[in-house]
Amino acid sequence: MRHTALLTLTLLFSAIPVAAQDVAPDALVKSVTLEVVDLIAKDRELKAGGRAKLVQVIEQKVLPHFNFTTMTALAMGQNWGKANPEQRKRLTEEFRTLLVRTYASALAAYSEQKLDFRPLRAKATDTDVTVSVRVLQPGAQPVPIDYSMEKTAKGWKVYDVMVGGVSLVANYRTEFANTVRASGIDGLIKDLGTKNRSLADKK
Amino acid sequence: MRLLAALGLMVLAGCASTGEERDPRDPFEGFNRGVTKFNDTFDEYLARPVARGYVKVLHQEIRSRIANFFSNLADPFIGVNNFLQGKFENGVNDLARFAFNSTIGLLGIHDVASEMGLEKHNEDFGQTFGRWGAGPGPYLVLPVLSSSTVRDTIGLGLDWTFDPLSDVRPINLRNSLVVLRGVNLRADLLEASRILEEAALDKYVFQRDAYLQRRQSLVYDGRPPREKLE
Repeated sequence: MRHTALLTLTLLFSAIPVAAQDVAPDALVKSVTLEVVDLIAKDRELKAGGRAKLVQVIEQKVLPHFNFTTMTALAMGQNWGKANPEQRKRLTEEFRTLLVRTYASALAAYSEQKLDFRPLRAKATDTDVTVSVRVLQPGAQPVPIDYSMEKTAKGWKVYDVMVGGVSLVANYRTEFANTVRASGIDGLIKDLGTKNRSLADKK
Repeated sequence: MRLLAALGLMVLAGCASTGEERDPRDPFEGFNRGVTKFNDTFDEYLARPVARGYVKVLHQEIRSRIANFFSNLADPFIGVNNFLQGKFENGVNDLARFAFNSTIGLLGIHDVASEMGLEKHNEDFGQTFGRWGAGPGPYLVLPVLSSSTVRDTIGLGLDWTFDPLSDVRPINLRNSLVVLRGVNLRADLLEASRILEEAALDKYVFQRDAYLQRRQSLVYDGRPPREKLE
């Protein structure tokens, strides 16, 4: 009898949702990914390629787990130090818009593939980890997607995504540096804005 | 021999080109951008329309069988490259894949080996040279084949020498198979190339950097020495 009571109590407590900062990074990636993939599978509009709605879903479900300021700072490299707070804010906003669109396109194209969530290889005390997911496809080598994540006061946040060994943040570095060299930080903000508007007009 | 001549030509063209801010990894940028322009035209008017038509005409299921067939033919030399890199377990895995897929998998059209847990690998001579310590050398854009480096171009020459399709006769059949493989590959990349165009500010730079990162990662099988982002 006492055992049953204890069990009930335990079950009760385990059912209480844990705060975001307590969720392990690999569990977080898995639950968010599966939730979004599941949403796409069930929603006819999303499946048919409703890009605007997909962007909305990503903004709601995925964005809170990304640290776009860190991502933008890493992509900017040394030029980040030369940007004033207003420029930093606008750069981050434009870069975020571009990345969300790219992410939406990738998700729309590959959401039906099988996923293999890899166990996390890290110590409990680590504050910077890589969470790996592999996209399985018959007849081809699995494509690894590696999320670089850092522990913050608001839980684990993604600051880079590597697809097939290609770091998104590193890949924008040369482009950003070239544009800043040619037309300054404001030139880069302008270019990103133009790019985002041209993509938004498309669909 | 023809490859060497082509390489020589590229070096010459590279020297003749002038750019203000040169990326040390891409000394032939002027030449490369020229080839890229040619490739873009080729892709826009021939490769992409053909690949789109191919996707429309053939069901995904059939396209996937065709991809598996060519993928299976490549497995023995993927295995050889694994042996050359000292990764014997992987090499045996690749040969076993070929054995199972060629038989139970009906000449490779079914990838039964993957279902059995024998994973597909990605190896070629360019990666083997990299594993042996060769750096990539200057970035090169090859006509039609697109992104490469000096090391990978030499590797590609060897890949072709050992390509099982190159022994197929009559020549007409061989050529048809090579074209089919190419079309199938382009069709597979339709989505990816669209995403690349959406993501990039300067497509040439974005594609180059992605290629160099990707190859570096492949040489180290996904675990390259980590370059610390500051």
